[in-house]
Amino acid sequence: MDSGRDSQTAEPNAIETIALTRCFGDMTAVDHIDLRVPYGQIFGLLGPNGAGKSTTIKMLTTLLVPTSGTALVAGFDVAKRPAEVRRRIGYVPQMLSADGALTGQENLMLSAKLYGMARADRNSRVSEALQFMGLSEAAGKLVKTYSGGMIRRLEVAQAMLHRPTVLFLDEPTIGLDPVARHTVLDRLRDLRRDFNTTILITTHDMDEADALCDVLALMHLGKVAVTGKPADLKATLGPDATLDDVFVHYSGASIEEGGNFHDIRQTRRTASRLG
Amino acid sequence: MTSARPAELPAALADASHFLDFFREITAIAQVELKKLFRDPTELFSRAVQPVLWLVIFGKVFSKVRGIPTGNVSYLAFMTPGILAQSVLFTAIFYGIAVIWERDLGIVHKLLVSPAHRTSLVIGKAVSAGFRGLVQTFIIYLIALALRIQINWNPLDILGVLFAVALGAATFSTFSLIIACIVKSRERFMGIGQVLTMPLFFASNAIYPLAMMPNWLQVVAVLNPLTYLVDALRGIMIRGGQSVHPLPLDLAVMALILLLLASIAAKLYPTLVQ
Repeated sequence: MDSGRDSQTAEPNAIETIALTRCFGDMTAVDHIDLRVPYGQIFGLLGPNGAGKSTTIKMLTTLLVPTSGTALVAGFDVAKRPAEVRRRIGYVPQMLSADGALTGQENLMLSAKLYGMARADRNSRVSEALQFMGLSEAAGKLVKTYSGGMIRRLEVAQAMLHRPTVLFLDEPTIGLDPVARHTVLDRLRDLRRDFNTTILITTHDMDEADALCDVLALMHLGKVAVTGKPADLKATLGPDATLDDVFVHYSGASIEEGGNFHDIRQTRRTASRLG
Repeated sequence: MTSARPAELPAALADASHFLDFFREITAIAQVELKKLFRDPTELFSRAVQPVLWLVIFGKVFSKVRGIPTGNVSYLAFMTPGILAQSVLFTAIFYGIAVIWERDLGIVHKLLVSPAHRTSLVIGKAVSAGFRGLVQTFIIYLIALALRIQINWNPLDILGVLFAVALGAATFSTFSLIIACIVKSRERFMGIGQVLTMPLFFASNAIYPLAMMPNWLQVVAVLNPLTYLVDALRGIMIRGGQSVHPLPLDLAVMALILLLLASIAAKLYPTLVQ
């Protein structure tokens, strides 16, 4: 499986970007970013709305072709070998993307088929994933009857079904109540522990980033403003600094500001679907 | 893993496994769509209202008009295949709305991040639209029976009707998918859908023969895929019905258009999430 990888280094990172850039017309959404995420790390991508987090994730998950620069995911170039990258990644979009008109089991079965799992493996993998996410009992119910937390867990189950090397989550806990949020975060930690899954997560919740992530990168105006361990980032600003302070310091804006109409509508829509 | 497959297997076998991948992906998508349809079939029934109105009201009245050359059959029998084709068109042309909805929910993102071929995702949708068309065919046959229209019960011809309808529905739904990829919003799509359906319907042979049209309209009608669907159905659905072109030609034209549209749609589908 290692043959044909595009990475040159002896111990390649799960994610490695070099001067990764994406423009939309005159606007540079992501501007020459360099990220290095070792295998098995939980990496948090922070930043105000419009900082370029979602565009970065879209490039890393092959949904968007970079304007310039390169990105290797699981050893493969996202622009040159997208099919190889897709086999090795899982993705939980910001919206609640599980299909409400299908049961949990059917949602997972669809993924199993699209990921080319052998017929013999499908059933066992699906029930294993349901159990791992604590959804076995709800498996036969339509997803539109699920709570927000259950839908998120289902989506994580769906994204990990094929045992991806790298899992991308775009604001997975948005709109969830604290209990549901903790369950989702615990499951992510379990995933890393059991399968050494590399996880890249974007979030607006600084406490969550602090508690979950090994390393954080703070994006601002398309650039990476700072990268480091949560504790180190806080220490640079003084003994009592919180991640909120770090955020404000590097993004030059309070968390309350920023975000255009589209972002907010999107977020509200997700939140209202979660009930 | 899969990346090593072409090197390990002889080319023919690799092709076969490639084909199986396509088949598995297409059936997975189509199966899900159909499951959803049968779980909530209200749409199917509400779509049946319009053809009833066309046949029972418009058809009955226009049967009195003697000026429309309909060959050996009554006007009602002449327009029945046209109304079947119309109901297939009107349903399939709005298929893109569901795709935009799926985009807003992130379902399209998830499908596109999977290793499934873009072409399979597009064709899977087209296949399920095809099945949807078959249900509509069943409804139109029921209406035709009730109106005592002389249906051609030859099993081979009925198979031909089903095939033509599925092909037509697949073609129009793929066209709809392309529009969805371009406009990307439900509001704009509704507007464009409304603007497209009536011209496609009137610039076809659905309710009057091409020969009655002014020349410029005939040119439009010849380019209109609906014309070929109606022509195919007219030859085999009704006893004594006559088509202008041979059935294989009608089907070949539709298949070609579908192929062309599907390859465009497979290119455009990923732009939905950008």
